[in-house]
Amino acid sequence: MSDDAPRFALAALFGAGRRELVEHIPHCIRLGMEVLHVGPYTARVRLPYREELIGDPTRRVVFGGAITTLVDHAGGLAVFASLPDLKSIATLDLRIDYLRAAAPGHDLVGEAVCYRLTPNVAFVRASAWEVRPEDPFASCLATFMVGANTTLSAVARAVRDREDS
Amino acid sequence: MNAARALASIPYARFLGVRLDESPDGVVCVLPFRDDLVGNAALPALHGGVVGAFLELTALIQLIAQVDDDRVPKPIGFSVDYLRSVGPRETRGRAEIVKHGRRIANVRVIAWQDDPSKPVAAGTGNFLL
Repeated sequence: MSDDAPRFALAALFGAGRRELVEHIPHCIRLGMEVLHVGPYTARVRLPYREELIGDPTRRVVFGGAITTLVDHAGGLAVFASLPDLKSIATLDLRIDYLRAAAPGHDLVGEAVCYRLTPNVAFVRASAWEVRPEDPFASCLATFMVGANTTLSAVARAVRDREDS
Repeated sequence: MNAARALASIPYARFLGVRLDESPDGVVCVLPFRDDLVGNAALPALHGGVVGAFLELTALIQLIAQVDDDRVPKPIGFSVDYLRSVGPRETRGRAEIVKHGRRIANVRVIAWQDDPSKPVAAGTGNFLL
């Protein structure tokens, strides 16, 4: 590998989803969230359809805020997948547009791309769909603080555990 | 529909465990802390998605409480600013309807923990009525 090739702290976990990227995160376990894929600057996450996530009882559509959780999580992983060194991150702001209602009964998939990384802030766009990626029901822009606090997140610890073992 | 009925009818609100606190200044939504809402176990802090969802829910409940209609307004877009880490304690939220039009309502929300003057998150969104 040339010295110019970008270095990724998460490189060892790139590829099809790994349990260790969610198994330390209580809310992801509760939701049954699955990481489908992580690669340089990008992440794809699945949120299984559950009755308890419904926001509109008449239309049986998943609550918008649950979709926020999906894209926020995919966004955070995309930022991790962009970092050359392990650092903690935190969502700074997130804007989501609900393009249409998600079809009831389908698992939801969210994909995020970190399209710009600076020393302090990472910029992310994301979308979510239930059937076809080219027909998303939600679109999202978010920014994350990099090096947000002194503690390591679960994802950072997953990488460290792997390197130690 | 009143706020309490709306809250009881929304499965996701029951999932989060949100309850109402009818204060003299209006409707306050309360999100009790629960271990399975945590996104960063090291801090610990609530998952950012939970915080965003709680803000959006608070906006929706305020809207339902003020509109005499059994339909649930549909969110068009929602924007969240994360101001502080949201720790392992109760979170409270209050919404204000900025504009209530014929088809669209604009709602602003603020959430705090111990001190209302130190908000942990702020949100704003448009809803289709």
